[in-house]
Amino acid sequence: MAHAYTPGLKVTGYTVLEKVRRLPLKGEVLVQVGDEVEPSAIVARTSIPGDPETINAAHELACDPQEIPRHMLKQPGERVAAGEVIASYQAFFGLLKKRVVAPVDGTVEHVSEVTGRIILRRPPIPVEVRAYVRGRVKEVLPEEGVVIEARGAFVQGIFGVGGERQGTIRLLADSAEAVLDADAITPDCRGAVVIGGSLVTGAALRRAAEVGCAGVVAGGIIDRDLLEYLGYDIGVAITGHEDVGCTLIVTEGFGRIRMARRTFELLRALDGWEASINGATQIRAGVMRPELIVAGYRPPGITDGEVPASEGLVAGTPIRAIRDPYFGLLGEVVELPPELQPIETGARVRVLRARLEDGRTVTIPRANVEIIEG
Amino acid sequence: MADKPAGAARELNSILATDCGSTTTKAILIERQGGEYRLVVRGEAPTTVEKPFEDVTAGVRNAVREVEELSGRRFLSDEGIIARSGGTGDGTDIYLSTSSAGGGLQMMVAGVVKQMTAESAERAALGAGAIVMDAVAVDDGRLPHQKIERIRNLRPDMILLSGGIDGGTITHVVQIAELVAAAEPRPRLGIGFKLPVIFAGNKDARPHIQRILRDKFDLRTVENIRPVLEVENLGPAREEIHNLFMEHVMAQAPGYDKLMKWTQVPIMPTPAAVGYGMQNAAKQHRMSVIGVDIGGATTDVFSVFGEEYELFTRTVSANLGMSYSISNVLLEAGTENIVRWVPFDLDLTDLRNRIRNKMIRPTTIPHTLEELLIEQALAREALRLAFEHHKTLAVGLKGIQRREEDIARMLSQESTGQTYIDLMALGMLIGSGGVLSHAPRRAQAALMLLDAFLPEGVTQLAVDSIFMMPQLGVLATVHPEASAQVFDRDCLIRLGTAIAPVGPGREGEPAVTVQAELPGGRTVTEHVPYGGLRRIPLDVGQEAQLEIRPARHLDVGAGRGRTLRRKVQGGVVGIIVDARGRQPFGLPADGKARLKKLVEWIVALDAYPMETLERLVPGAAEVAAAG
Repeated sequence: MAHAYTPGLKVTGYTVLEKVRRLPLKGEVLVQVGDEVEPSAIVARTSIPGDPETINAAHELACDPQEIPRHMLKQPGERVAAGEVIASYQAFFGLLKKRVVAPVDGTVEHVSEVTGRIILRRPPIPVEVRAYVRGRVKEVLPEEGVVIEARGAFVQGIFGVGGERQGTIRLLADSAEAVLDADAITPDCRGAVVIGGSLVTGAALRRAAEVGCAGVVAGGIIDRDLLEYLGYDIGVAITGHEDVGCTLIVTEGFGRIRMARRTFELLRALDGWEASINGATQIRAGVMRPELIVAGYRPPGITDGEVPASEGLVAGTPIRAIRDPYFGLLGEVVELPPELQPIETGARVRVLRARLEDGRTVTIPRANVEIIEG
Repeated sequence: MADKPAGAARELNSILATDCGSTTTKAILIERQGGEYRLVVRGEAPTTVEKPFEDVTAGVRNAVREVEELSGRRFLSDEGIIARSGGTGDGTDIYLSTSSAGGGLQMMVAGVVKQMTAESAERAALGAGAIVMDAVAVDDGRLPHQKIERIRNLRPDMILLSGGIDGGTITHVVQIAELVAAAEPRPRLGIGFKLPVIFAGNKDARPHIQRILRDKFDLRTVENIRPVLEVENLGPAREEIHNLFMEHVMAQAPGYDKLMKWTQVPIMPTPAAVGYGMQNAAKQHRMSVIGVDIGGATTDVFSVFGEEYELFTRTVSANLGMSYSISNVLLEAGTENIVRWVPFDLDLTDLRNRIRNKMIRPTTIPHTLEELLIEQALAREALRLAFEHHKTLAVGLKGIQRREEDIARMLSQESTGQTYIDLMALGMLIGSGGVLSHAPRRAQAALMLLDAFLPEGVTQLAVDSIFMMPQLGVLATVHPEASAQVFDRDCLIRLGTAIAPVGPGREGEPAVTVQAELPGGRTVTEHVPYGGLRRIPLDVGQEAQLEIRPARHLDVGAGRGRTLRRKVQGGVVGIIVDARGRQPFGLPADGKARLKKLVEWIVALDAYPMETLERLVPGAAEVAAAG
């Protein structure tokens, strides 16, 4: 196949992005095409049916299920308040009194004469979708949401946890090799997206959550530290809904891995800018990587017509090795031999020759490199 | 194609079939040559269900274009696939397709009793090619509000609701339906669509189910999957699942409306087609079969057993795979179980980081031998766990009354609901999926299959070379013979035959003697001690007459200590005499002894390049020289 390599993560000072902001159910779109929106703007809203509450009425009234409809004081469709009596039953001339009380506010949805259960539906839950990025409404998806166009810097990570947040970028590492430890994170980092170098330690991550950082971006994290931060182990690579204090974006992978220089330099240039971040990662069909977006940023000399396009893998393409024995090393493609070549495992695979930053020229399976995209 | 003749009624000389996988669309061309069906060429291209193409037929066209280039014939026109009409040689007699693109078919099932109707519903859904997201039952141990919350959070393509034998409980069936109605789960695809629900339970409950579900869901009713306790009737439910798969899931996937017009029989979910293909192969070859497909995210296991190969079970271990779900293999198997297969010492923190990095960069391949050995250790555990899962569903019906002829089995303490997987009766074990099919040496695949499945007695081992089982499965629905011929001649790479004595023994004591009459009249005799592994070369297509003499307490299929005479097939690895132990199989507890044993077995099968292995495991060459 022609594209037997990992397309690579996008790291660019300027690009045009389209963000689809969609409701989970049909609802109302609140903005129009052409509107300028801020990240916090509500662009669409709806309400999803409230949680149901089941009551075993036959048990509570001590009668047969088929008798329940006769004892109902409230009928399907009627609203009830918490504590209100919704069914009652008297026997022996009123000596035996039983009743069913609504445990919550809601609406009677269903009364079953087969199971003797009553289902109460809690009030609808409002759901709002925010713009998430600063930009312009490019398209309205009727009753469903909008597409927002944003222009600016865009950095994709390889893995993240935690959802969408906004904050000011704060560079806490003096180099791409530096380790971000807890003592670098001070109370004035509250609300910020802090940037580390090759590693964020477990202690630094906990500290960031304690002081209320919006997010942490670093080259790597030790697997055990992530487990401790989350409180559980991740089995499959689908993240974004974790209940964590601050969002984490890892740009290179697990372990201590120097952040790609290009990524680090861009984040250094973005120090002090407002960013929208999202740790959501999904590595199956429809790949989703964590991201950092700075809308409105434009490096000097870039105009609208100059959004560079990827050429694929050719001689001169900047790459990063993404598996041992060269994992994390950067280089440049020297040659792309068309024939399958043997590697140490004995397998014959498609390879490339690359000149690494340390001057070595090595052979790497094409599947084990990713393009550093601009 | 314009005209739609029934495929089976026609003479088929040229068959074009595609499988639209989640990442790759694979096309194969099969033709009749000299009276037998053979694979002619194959092509593949990236699947185009997602952006920027959002049209599955673009990927199909690209894959078929490769077939055109390689065969020098034309199959594509502006309208789709060209129907063959004699003369030119262009076009095909039939075009078929399977699909698992866009996440395949994802279902929730529900029943009254977890181990009875809910389990039958699960088998029906799995057999129809679905991933079962959850099986909800009245007695599943969760409280009503927990069940509702769970159902609410699922986004299935459809729900299969069962429960009660005909004339049995209504209350409990209605209870489950009420929970589903209260939860109001939304479909995975299509924001405004009603979620399909198939009711396949007590027929007396139908009016109640109608009343509860018809307004909120697209409700379909089919025959009960357990009309009486002793009978499982999965056919009607499976058929309805396939109908809904076409109507809902496929119809909403980009480009499928076009593809459905091109094919002459309905598009099948890929796993359903694989299952059909396995069943067909078992029947044609008259042997029980276990097949496994280990992918990046999931591992499917198929088994076909029974006197008439009527017992078919498919399971999906949804979170056991070699890339997206590889961290879950670590989680479920535990570090110790993975490390036990690695023939060198490992830093555990480093191992965990490596596994995570494979998860987040799933398309990478092992470059070093060290990485390959770790990845194959993980594969063994993923396969083992998937097989354990399979055995829990490949069972006889639970809760039924014993008939008189079963009294003997009752006395032997067998209970209903035991697995019918009999490894001694297994004829062939087939592996597929990258880690098995693309192992640098075939002996590695053989070892992984042996370690994970522990086949007993005499068993053929094979791998599916290019994973064309889906296409052969859908072909089996219209031409079983053509499907079986290609399966036999082009699909499988035969690894050889394994011989594994069953029973306890002591390391180093005599376990089995195998005397093999090889082609050309040469006779080889191997005395294999308990704990040992030996290889007798026998090429693909060759047969050998074996006399297998187990030690007095061991069984190779003829009974304890009894000699078995059997003709066996060769393969790229040959005959493997595996006396490492069955019931029990175990690795030495002592770390050093374990490493030594692993190296011995690797050397016995010449499974890895010795020079590199020696660098990684000093002393390996010495073991090889001694062997």
